[in-house]
Amino acid sequence: MKVLKLTVAALVASAAFAGAAAARDQIQVAGSSTVLPYAKIVAESFGEAFPDFKTPVVESGGSSAGLKEFCKGVGEDTIDIANSSRKIKDSEIEACKAAGVTEIQEIKIGYDGIVFATDSGNADIALKPEHLYKALAAEVVVDGKLAANPYKKWSEVDASLPDAEIAAYIPGEKHGTREVFEEKILATGCKAAGALDVIKAAISDEKAAAKKCVAVRKDGLAVDIDGDYTETLARIASNKSGIGVFGLSFYENNADKLKVATVNGVAPSTETIASGEYPVSRPLFFYVKKAHLGVIPGLKEYVEFFVDDQMIGPDGPLAEYGLVAAPDAEREEIRKAFEAGNLL
Amino acid sequence: MTDVASPTVRVSTRPAESRRDIGIKRRYAAERRFRAYGISAIVIGLFFLAVLLWSVVSKGYTAFQQTTITLPIEFSEKVIDPKNERATDPKRLLTANYPVLARDALVKQLGIDPKKRPLVKQANDMISDSVRTQLRDIVVADPSVIGKTIPVTLLADANIDSAFKRQIDLSVEESKRKVKDQQVAWMNELAEAGVLKKSFNTGIFSFGASSRPEAAGVGVALVGSAYMMLIVLVLSLPIGVAASIYLEEFAPKNRLTDLIEVNINNLAAVPSIVYGLLGLAVFVNFAGMPRSAALVGGFVLTLMTLPTIIIATRASLKAVPPSIRSAALGLGASKMQTIFHHVLPLAMPGILTGTIIGLAHALGETAPLLLIGMVAFVVDYPGSPLEPSTALPVQIYMWANEAERAFVERTSGAIIILLIFLVIMNLGAILLRRRFERRW
Repeated sequence: MKVLKLTVAALVASAAFAGAAAARDQIQVAGSSTVLPYAKIVAESFGEAFPDFKTPVVESGGSSAGLKEFCKGVGEDTIDIANSSRKIKDSEIEACKAAGVTEIQEIKIGYDGIVFATDSGNADIALKPEHLYKALAAEVVVDGKLAANPYKKWSEVDASLPDAEIAAYIPGEKHGTREVFEEKILATGCKAAGALDVIKAAISDEKAAAKKCVAVRKDGLAVDIDGDYTETLARIASNKSGIGVFGLSFYENNADKLKVATVNGVAPSTETIASGEYPVSRPLFFYVKKAHLGVIPGLKEYVEFFVDDQMIGPDGPLAEYGLVAAPDAEREEIRKAFEAGNLL
Repeated sequence: MTDVASPTVRVSTRPAESRRDIGIKRRYAAERRFRAYGISAIVIGLFFLAVLLWSVVSKGYTAFQQTTITLPIEFSEKVIDPKNERATDPKRLLTANYPVLARDALVKQLGIDPKKRPLVKQANDMISDSVRTQLRDIVVADPSVIGKTIPVTLLADANIDSAFKRQIDLSVEESKRKVKDQQVAWMNELAEAGVLKKSFNTGIFSFGASSRPEAAGVGVALVGSAYMMLIVLVLSLPIGVAASIYLEEFAPKNRLTDLIEVNINNLAAVPSIVYGLLGLAVFVNFAGMPRSAALVGGFVLTLMTLPTIIIATRASLKAVPPSIRSAALGLGASKMQTIFHHVLPLAMPGILTGTIIGLAHALGETAPLLLIGMVAFVVDYPGSPLEPSTALPVQIYMWANEAERAFVERTSGAIIILLIFLVIMNLGAILLRRRFERRW
């Protein structure tokens, strides 16, 4: 009984304690670990530039977890902003609406390039989506028929590639990056290699065919990395001939240890990604609750500060860290859309 | 055992074959083998411990040094407050362009032509961006420095720091590294002049989280961890001890108490993330307590530590000989007096050891904190347990995922700090036991 009494007493005391606390005066952000470094830079600069407001708290945990937390409801005990490395899904918008989060503002902060890199001691690699598809897909076309992936070496996939065992470290399925990888590399490669037609001939259902295209081999040559890029880097360090998938900013911070591969002959850089020449990139977003603007002190200022050119512009600190700035006109549009209060 | 007596009988009849084979050699060999297994198990354990410590310390000791640049900063009125408004507008001093002061001082020190913009930018990149707040704090604290020139020790940028500590391979081509050849030349020039040097990194203990490695520290995490440990101690010790005294001394032995006992033992083995889920559902979503707050973290860790403390307390209560209880009761003490005057004091060393080990366990947890929002980037110190904060192991986890080279050493540095706290706590437990333990 004593335990119960004490627990109840503690709970009651703490609830009173929490109730008595003053209104929240700190912005709370959660979401994508890809957006996290950028959000951190902005949050820190915001705290320095606006001494009247507290520095926002930025949680990491992934796009889906962040959006789930975001859609819990409106009010001081819910987060204000969800960072996301992908667009919000319709199902998530529905979930938000059901919980009362009806007014969501979407803000695009720029683009993130996805690069393929290997150990710096290796020779230059020129990749094409079809190479990666052939090397990594679960089933490929052999002699006009679908068969389990027979390739063991890169050189078997294409003579121009190194004579080394296939070992690829790709983002795990819970990563937002995986979706981009499947869409921009595997699906494109599937088409380019002519496999899509063969699959379609075998399966009439379009969706199932598309899914088959992006199925990754499970025999251990393609390794899902569920951790962060640091883990991928460690894998490359222990297996020098392996190829890993990184974000552009992570690669740029470790360019002395890694050698980046060209895709379709284009080397990734902020310029080639912004111009669209480099094929593998994705937009990054954050989502704001309109109902919190003006309620949580500093939230409006934070968003305005974030979308200002001194942050997301091509000469800003985010671009220096590796974010690919959106073109001038698009940034202007993003700012206007926020000012106008456009909702999803 | 039955034939032990028989050899003596045989000795008398057949002395030559008196030594019956009782497998003594085999048994000795088995014992030697077992000893060898034991020693090799210890050696393997020690080996891995040594590898772990070596890898952490060899990577992390450099984190306790930080490259600094000491420059005579001219707090020029022209830059800080060109229109002389600071008397009427206090914001003037907060928003002034302080980085320019440091840049100009460095440019002057290196003798660069201020008109060569790319060179000036490269030089400016050698100084940490945290200079803005550092110089602002100096001016706000004492506005009379405006117009004077004072030597100020500034943090070097993380890339320069890494290069100065030889952590960046300078032999690879210039475009592939974050430090340019010109900056390396300046770095060496400044080092020779004694302007740029390594000094003890107090910042790693005092700074909060930062996206700039040189300005990142475990300060906020230490405060958050301290808050949580305090909450865990204040809640779990009385609850745990009360629960175990009742279960051990008062509760009737029946099915219900057996069930409770089994459940407590099982709870001790529940993965800690489950407590995080519970904390999210009960404390944050239901009770409406703030996210990311040390208070909620403390509650969750309390729940996690309770079974450990209850089990340890019950074990030490059990270890008090029944003769003590009988003697006290026999002399007319009530049950309550027996327990509080005699049993509990004798069990105290064991209880405290269990509590400290439970606390040490709680200090190292990240998983339950993830779901209640404490795995977060927190810059400002929390003024109370209700404000957002983070914890020491969380800071290690966050740093381990950073891209910058300078965070590698800081990750290991933070691990060293955490290990030191754990060692201190465990030493405390050992000392308490040594000091107060009674042998019967």
